[in-house]
Amino acid sequence: MNKKAAVGNKRIIASTHVKLGQKNKKGQTYTDPNRFFFETPGTANFLTGSEVIREAIKRASIDMSVAYPITPQSEAAALIGELYAEGYMGDYFRGESEFAVMSQCAGAAFGGARVFTTTAGPGTMRAFENFPMWAGARLPIQVCVTCRGINSPLSIQPDTLELYFLLETGMLIWHAETAQDLFDFILKGFVVAEQPDVHLPIAVCCDGFFVTHTKDTVMLPPDDVCLPPYDPYKSPVVCMDMECPPVRTMRDPFVMKSNYISYAAHATWQQEMRAACDRSRKHTISLLDGLIDAENTDREILIVASGTAVSQGREAIRLLEQEGVKVGLVKIKSLRPFPTQEVREATKNAKHIFVPEFNMAGWLAREVQAVIPDNHRVVAGPRVGGGMTLPSEVIVEEIKKRLGMKVATLASRGS
Amino acid sequence: MSEYKVLPGPEAYLPPSAASMGITLPDPGEALIEGRIVPEDEAIEYAARKLLSAKVPTIFPGPQVLWKWDEMAPKIAKALRELAVILPARLIPMADYRPKYPKIDPAVEINPNHPNLTIWHNKIDVCMFVGVHCHLSGMGLKMIRGGTDCYTIAMCLMAGHEDACISVRDTTDEKIRKLIDAVKKLKAQGVKSQALPFTQFKHDYKSVKE
Repeated sequence: MNKKAAVGNKRIIASTHVKLGQKNKKGQTYTDPNRFFFETPGTANFLTGSEVIREAIKRASIDMSVAYPITPQSEAAALIGELYAEGYMGDYFRGESEFAVMSQCAGAAFGGARVFTTTAGPGTMRAFENFPMWAGARLPIQVCVTCRGINSPLSIQPDTLELYFLLETGMLIWHAETAQDLFDFILKGFVVAEQPDVHLPIAVCCDGFFVTHTKDTVMLPPDDVCLPPYDPYKSPVVCMDMECPPVRTMRDPFVMKSNYISYAAHATWQQEMRAACDRSRKHTISLLDGLIDAENTDREILIVASGTAVSQGREAIRLLEQEGVKVGLVKIKSLRPFPTQEVREATKNAKHIFVPEFNMAGWLAREVQAVIPDNHRVVAGPRVGGGMTLPSEVIVEEIKKRLGMKVATLASRGS
Repeated sequence: MSEYKVLPGPEAYLPPSAASMGITLPDPGEALIEGRIVPEDEAIEYAARKLLSAKVPTIFPGPQVLWKWDEMAPKIAKALRELAVILPARLIPMADYRPKYPKIDPAVEINPNHPNLTIWHNKIDVCMFVGVHCHLSGMGLKMIRGGTDCYTIAMCLMAGHEDACISVRDTTDEKIRKLIDAVKKLKAQGVKSQALPFTQFKHDYKSVKE
C-alpha cells in the first residue's frame, strides 16, 4: 500500500446529505457513524442472533426489505416484518421466490433505496444469478446469509458452502463469529458498502443456528439513535437510466455487439468492481479494527478460522493448554476482501497452521494456502462436512495427531 | 509500501487496477501523484504544470458537472470553462455513457462504454476527467493508461481515482479555481502553454481575466 490503513483510526467519512441530529418519523436521531459506533454507550441484552438482526435493522435506516422463508433465516425475516409494521421502513413484502427477492432488491437499490434482505443455503443458491449482477451494477445491497447446508442429504445446520460460492461474485463478504459480531457487522457493513469508492453489495454471513438461534449477550446502543440514510447521489454509476449501463445491461449486453476494444470495457468493468472491493480495506480496517483478529501469533501452532469455527477453535486452544500445548488464533472477519497481508504477517512464525471448517470443501484452507509462503504448513482441517457442529475435541485431536501425541478415539462419543 | 507507479502507458491491453496493486485513495486534504499520497495543493500545482506542458491538453467534463443536478455542478462547469480558456485546453463533454450504434464518432466524443483509444487520433497527451461517475472514470482511466501514452488527471467529486496519474478528491469549484490560480501563477513565472493552436471556441470568455 502507498499508505497504511491504521487500525484504531476510527474515523469513517459518512454521507451528510441529511442533517445529523434530525429525527426520523420514529423519533430516532440520525447520528454520525463515528459517534454511533464508538461513542454511544451500549447496554447488555440477552438475545438470539435473529433478534440481533432485528435490533440492527431497527437502527439501520433501511428503506425496504424483501423476505422469503427458508430456515434458519425465516425468523429474522419475520422480525423485520414486525419492524415494518411498527413503521421503521418504507416497504416490506414477501417475494415470489429467492430469485425474485434478490431481483426485487436490485430494483429498489437501482431506485436509490437502502435495502436489506436475508437468505440461507439452498435459497442463496436459487437466487445466485443476482449476486454478481448486484456487484456489477454497483448496488450496495446488504444480504445477511445465515449459513446452512446446501448438499444432499440436506441439512439445516451450517456447512458454509454457500459462502464459498459467493467468494467470486464481487461482493464484500464478512463472516460473523458471534451475535455481537453480527450486530456490529450489519450496521458497519452498510457504512462501508455505501462509501462512494466502494459501493458494492455486502454479504454479512453467520453460521445458522449456532448464531441465529442461540442466545448471547450483546451490547446494543439505545434504539433512539440510527444511522444516517443512504445517499444515492454518491453512486459511482448513473441511477435508473434505461439507455445507460448498468441498467441497460438488464436488457442489452452492449459489449457483445461491438468490437475488440469494447471487450476492454467488459474486462475493465470487472476490474473496477474488484478494485472497489480492494478499496473497502481501509474503511473496514478502521471500522472493524482490522480484517482479522490475532492472538498469540508468536506460537508455532496456529488455528486460522472464520465464523463459529473460531469459537470452537478457542475452546480447543483452552483444552490443549491444559495439556501444555500452546496454540495461537487468527480470526478472519473479512473474506472479501481477503486479508492477504494480514494473514501472511500473522502466520509468519507458525510451523503448523490448522484451518478447521464446517464444510467438506476446505475452501478457507485453500484461501490461506494461496496467500502464504511455505504453504505445506497448512493443515486443511479438521472438517465435519456440515450437518453438525465442529466439536472442539475434533480440533484438539487433529492438532495432537499432527504433533505425534497420543489421541483417544472419539468414535465412541455419545454411546 | 507499494512500488507500483501510475504512469502514462501504453501499459498493457488490460493494465492492473492500481487499487489491486496496493495504491489506496487519499484522505481529505490529500491527493495522488502517480500513486504517491501528497498534499492536495502540491497535486493541483503539478496538474497545472502538466496541463501547460501538453500539446493537446483536453478536459473531459462528465454528467456530474454538465447537468444541474445540484448547486455545485454549474459552479464547477463555469470554472472549467474558464480553465479551458486560460490554459488553453480543448473541452470534450461526456454528457452520458449511452452506448451508440453502429459506432460513436471518436473525433468528438469519449465514452468509456465505447472506448476508442484513437480519440482525437491519439494526439491528446494530457487529459483531465471532471465529474465523470467514478465507475466509468475508473474504466476510462485504466483503458487510457492501458492503450495510450496520455497523462491522466482526475478531479473527482467523490473520493478520488487511483488509476489516474494525478487525482484530487472532493472537487468543488474552489478547487478548480485553485487550479486556475496555479496556471496563472506559472504563466506569471514565465511558463508558457505548449498547446497547439485550435479553434474549438473563442477565447473571449467574459469572466476570464488573465
